[in-house]
Amino acid sequence: MAVLNEEQSMLRDAAKSWTQEKSPVTAFRKMRDSGVEIGYDVNAWNEMAEMGWAGVIIPEEYGGSAFGYLSIGLILEELGRTLTASPLIASGVGAASALVLGGSDAQKSEWLPKIADGSVVGALAVDEGPHHAPEKVALAATKSGAGYSLSGTKTFVIEGLAANLLVVSARTSGKPGDKDGITLFLVPADARGVSRKRLALADSRGAANITFDKVEVDADAVLGAADKGWDVLEKTLDRVRAALAAEMLGAANQAFETTLDYLKVRVQFGQVIGSFQALQHRAAKMFTDLELARSAVEAALQAIDADSPDVPELVSLSKAKMGDVFHLVSNEMVQMHGGIGMTDAHDAGFYLKRARAAEAAFGSQSYHRDRYARINGY
Amino acid sequence: MADFGGGDPEAFRKEVREWVEANFPPELKGRPNPMMREERAKPTEAQEAWRKAVGSKGWGTPTWPKAYGGGGLGAAEARIIQQEFGRAGAYNPIGGMGVMMFGPTLLEYGTEDQKLEHIPPICRGDVQWCQGFSEPGAGSDLAALQTRAEDKGDHFLINGQKIWTSGAQFADWCFCLVRTDTSKKHEGISFVLFTMHQPGVEVRPIKLIAGSSPFCETFFTDARAEKKNLVGPLNGGWTIAKRLLQHERGGLSGAGGGGGMGGRSLVDLAREYVGVDAQGRIADPDLRTRVVQHEIEGRSFQQTAVRAMLESKGNSGPSAATSIMKNAGTSWMQMRHELTLEIMGHQGLGWEGDAFKPEELGAVRGWLGGKAFTIYGGSQEVQSNIISKRILGLPDLTQHN
Repeated sequence: MAVLNEEQSMLRDAAKSWTQEKSPVTAFRKMRDSGVEIGYDVNAWNEMAEMGWAGVIIPEEYGGSAFGYLSIGLILEELGRTLTASPLIASGVGAASALVLGGSDAQKSEWLPKIADGSVVGALAVDEGPHHAPEKVALAATKSGAGYSLSGTKTFVIEGLAANLLVVSARTSGKPGDKDGITLFLVPADARGVSRKRLALADSRGAANITFDKVEVDADAVLGAADKGWDVLEKTLDRVRAALAAEMLGAANQAFETTLDYLKVRVQFGQVIGSFQALQHRAAKMFTDLELARSAVEAALQAIDADSPDVPELVSLSKAKMGDVFHLVSNEMVQMHGGIGMTDAHDAGFYLKRARAAEAAFGSQSYHRDRYARINGY
Repeated sequence: MADFGGGDPEAFRKEVREWVEANFPPELKGRPNPMMREERAKPTEAQEAWRKAVGSKGWGTPTWPKAYGGGGLGAAEARIIQQEFGRAGAYNPIGGMGVMMFGPTLLEYGTEDQKLEHIPPICRGDVQWCQGFSEPGAGSDLAALQTRAEDKGDHFLINGQKIWTSGAQFADWCFCLVRTDTSKKHEGISFVLFTMHQPGVEVRPIKLIAGSSPFCETFFTDARAEKKNLVGPLNGGWTIAKRLLQHERGGLSGAGGGGGMGGRSLVDLAREYVGVDAQGRIADPDLRTRVVQHEIEGRSFQQTAVRAMLESKGNSGPSAATSIMKNAGTSWMQMRHELTLEIMGHQGLGWEGDAFKPEELGAVRGWLGGKAFTIYGGSQEVQSNIISKRILGLPDLTQHN
């Protein structure tokens, strides 16, 4: 674990005790069983907002605490351990970062304080197919009077059903695949012409497909400059990816620790199964991989805080590495628990499903390996 | 502590730089350490002069106590010396087993007399050491060793055989694990020192698959170790051996398990031997994926090395991340060799001759030699055992006393 300053240690400790007392995995199970469509417990979210977690990367003048991305990563790691569902990444990192990076003073003043206090949930509406491909935007934004008219579809919008504010990437010129010609828009989720369809995904978290049918927005809905939204979009996505990787790190570590505990208590053939060398070595491999992944995740968050030019590279490194490790650990958790790991009553299935959903979101390992190579010129 | 006034790093750096300028023979600039070469020719005058200069300052072992010939400096000053040597293209002429593992162990476990006798020659590079540990029947299970030491009053008489003795053909002294009690396994082992230059010691280099002979078989027939060279208590050698192996592991991990990886990057090699497509990507997409996977692995390993160091400084005691370093580093290095070979195709399979460039011949030898990284210094499996038992707390049901 990175060497933390006092603020960061306190945040982490607060997150640890809150999740242990108020949001253990049983809370996730209860949320899942309730079938709540938005995919999280509103009361839990309100508590998180009250603790200031939704404002961690938001400047103080807009109601946040500006503790930075490593800090939010520390909180998300603890939340990840217990699979706590909330719109913290989509709203407190995604929408908030987009506004901080690209918003006008008016836009920041209007939205950031409400994102910081949790009363507005923001979400990024970027993808338009089964795989993350932010430059392949086709949703059209055509000039309409002084504003724009948006038509098209966004898929797999994380927390899309719960969102009050959508940060939408649309094409104002060029063709899908062009980075130029992409414009970001702030669209209230209840605007006329916006319709949302809940997606029930395997990880029980909130997601929606969103259709835009001639949605009219004013010129001041543009976030940043028209046609030039790619820069803010990519920076925002990198912050979301790093935050998600931090959540994955917590989940993967907990999955490993739960499995390790099982190896120490389950008895077969007259001995604890953790005494079998094959399992010991697989455990050692997972431990090794988790340490490597931690380094990558923390380095990416620290680079964001330092506004380093290496952010894209380090973020792709962290998402790719963390994805691979969570993939392995989630598989091993089921396998090493044997039959009971296959039961819904056991938590292993939750970590497995969460792993794949997190791998797919905002770029899979494959996407980020390719991006890492391209950044390095090969 | 330091042999410069005050504690000002910049003043020290200036002192080191000036000293290097005055003492480092220019003809050695950029040349590798002659000790790294297996066919050790007689050292040149310049090499000898450099060794004597560094040795007399104790700067080859900068953090060892001045009382025993070391530099008596702190870690920061040691780093400055390393940087200034690097800047001048100067290798550290003081090295070998004595520096890497035996010296630090003797400093912890030796008597004052033993330290005074054996440490200064290490600091000067006058004496080279070899490690008498593994035997044909005692590799991963080192405690099963059988080389016997009989108590003959003022000395021990040693009979037996060691294997994988690195550099035995060049060594002056041997630190050796011997059996002094056959009734107990771990508690029947003693740690003794003796000279290699005696009639009862025979050294036979072992040729390895890479063609070179960095290791030897060493046979002892009534070889003699003086009683004063028993380190630690009689039958108390196993504890000392374990500590020494930790030093060894630390030394191997630092270099990634097998010495620094010089040479061109895999990407550069791929551009040359495999080519690129119209978008500038490595032309073989399957290879490209494996190359980027490897780069990502290497990067996260480097990040972990940095993190482990910062954590060890910041928190109490070494970071848990250190236990993974040998396995992570060695498997990464081996994969680098494998990918290099694959990228070079047939050109990467040359054994000798002018149809192959030196870099290509080096690729084969490096790949073969690299197979040892996951075997020596505690095999990959042993490291996994250590992680699973000591770090993760999984049960240990192997025979132990």
